[in-house]
Amino acid sequence: MDKKLLVSSSPHIRSEITTQKLMLDVIIALIPAAIGGIWFFGIRAAILIITSVVSCVLFEYLARKLMKRSSTISDLSAVVTGLLLAMNLPPTLPVWMAIVGSFFAIVIVKQLFGGLGHNFVNPALAARAMLLASYGSKMTSWIEPVNKIAVGVASSATPPADIDSYATPLAAIKGGGKLPELMDMFLGNIGGSLGETSAMLLIIGGIYLILRGVISWHIPVIYCGTVFVLTWVMGPEGLFTGNPVFHLLAGGLMLGAIYMATDYTTSPMTKKGMVIYAVGCGILTVLFRLYTNMPEGVSYAILLMNVAVPLIDRYSKPKRFGGGKNV
Amino acid sequence: MEEKKGFLSILFNGIIKENPTFRLLLGMCPSLAVTTMAKNGLGMGAAATFVLVGSNLVISLIRKIVPDKVRIPVFITVIAGFTTIVHMLLAAFLPEINKQLGIYIPLIVVNCIIFARAEMFAQKNGPISSILDGIGMGIGFTLAITLIGSVREILGAGTWMGIPVTVNLFDPAVLFILPPGGFMVMGLLVAAFNKITERKRKETGNEADSEAGCAAGCPGCSKAMHGGEA
Repeated sequence: MDKKLLVSSSPHIRSEITTQKLMLDVIIALIPAAIGGIWFFGIRAAILIITSVVSCVLFEYLARKLMKRSSTISDLSAVVTGLLLAMNLPPTLPVWMAIVGSFFAIVIVKQLFGGLGHNFVNPALAARAMLLASYGSKMTSWIEPVNKIAVGVASSATPPADIDSYATPLAAIKGGGKLPELMDMFLGNIGGSLGETSAMLLIIGGIYLILRGVISWHIPVIYCGTVFVLTWVMGPEGLFTGNPVFHLLAGGLMLGAIYMATDYTTSPMTKKGMVIYAVGCGILTVLFRLYTNMPEGVSYAILLMNVAVPLIDRYSKPKRFGGGKNV
Repeated sequence: MEEKKGFLSILFNGIIKENPTFRLLLGMCPSLAVTTMAKNGLGMGAAATFVLVGSNLVISLIRKIVPDKVRIPVFITVIAGFTTIVHMLLAAFLPEINKQLGIYIPLIVVNCIIFARAEMFAQKNGPISSILDGIGMGIGFTLAITLIGSVREILGAGTWMGIPVTVNLFDPAVLFILPPGGFMVMGLLVAAFNKITERKRKETGNEADSEAGCAAGCPGCSKAMHGGEA
């Protein structure tokens, strides 16, 4: 990532990387988790994913058309936004709400601010926050024991499906309910948003992205590491009594840390900036999870740090060679 | 220059060409804070219009007596007087609306629309023009915040003026009656309003006229702002 910043004198190596190729890699990396989501939650998950991807692309096309700008649907960024949005939604969400979310993500957050590269926060996360603020009960219907989810999980999940946890793990730990096995949480046999449940599938995609050089390891690893350390230290019964592995696997941390905190537009440019940003995301996530009445804080933590990125970039700017110390 | 304009054009100036909310972007605080319901917008607009007309008239009448140096305290006193009248009237006759609007009624004293009109219009023009200007600006403000209130109420609560309108169509998005929704609706409406009026201006071809109107308004407006800060 930072290699791009070292602009030296010619000759330059021409890179074959295009936005389209990067986005295609992200889509490939998301496919395991998407298929996992459909596997865990059944056909309604597939419908949600398809609806939100199609509506995102459609809104992108229409918005560009209305604003008399060139069409950008071929760069696949709208597909990524749609996919990420669907992964962030509870599987029982009415389909039209996913369309509202897509509209918000693409038109309000992305295109009104100038399109790809100009959005001030991650569009998919902003849409999730908007839906959460607007339709609170629908967006958290997995917290309450809704039979539909349990039926969907039990009927389509893999054999070790002795699942009776209707709440998400984070809601369970807040409400004092029965906590799922860590192995189930790793595999994805738990309640939650469509694409956030299986840490395993998300990590597979994340490793692919890092190996392909699409993202650097800094943000996801440091983000998760911060959460690990803080939840361990700030345990419920005094220092160092926490359950860090639980917090690592629960909720949207993997999804957020690997796919959404690393969005190029809304993450810092330098390594130093990335470290500050990731630690900030981690601290905020833990604060939200442990000390507020919300069960999950990954999306708000990332949104808040997104807004802080210009500031971080400003203070982590590399020193100009030969310049004074105030550059 | 303003005197030569017809009374009608003074009246309509505030509604579209220099709409205080959408064009001059004055009075943002009440425009955002009380517009969770269309009814609140209407109530706020009516109260502000009353104060605007009253203060415009009085300031226009005393404009030649008041020394320039103390004009701002004098304006504020006049405006505060009318605001107190409105507050007492509302508390006496429409206690429900008064409760809904709460602190924003006393805050009309510092509403920049009223202050701006006093500074840039009433102290330069005769009483009749000033009353018409107050009415026009008041109507423009009322229409604008009622519109914002309507959009937010329909999208956010599914009702309009308290009457359910979207019962079976869609679940209202609560976001729109929360502060972020207010900012969003406001921004989008300002954009739409300017887009539409700009198109109309280009179509009718009287661009020069509009520009002149704006040029006449802007210096006075910025002066008013500085006066407010001082």
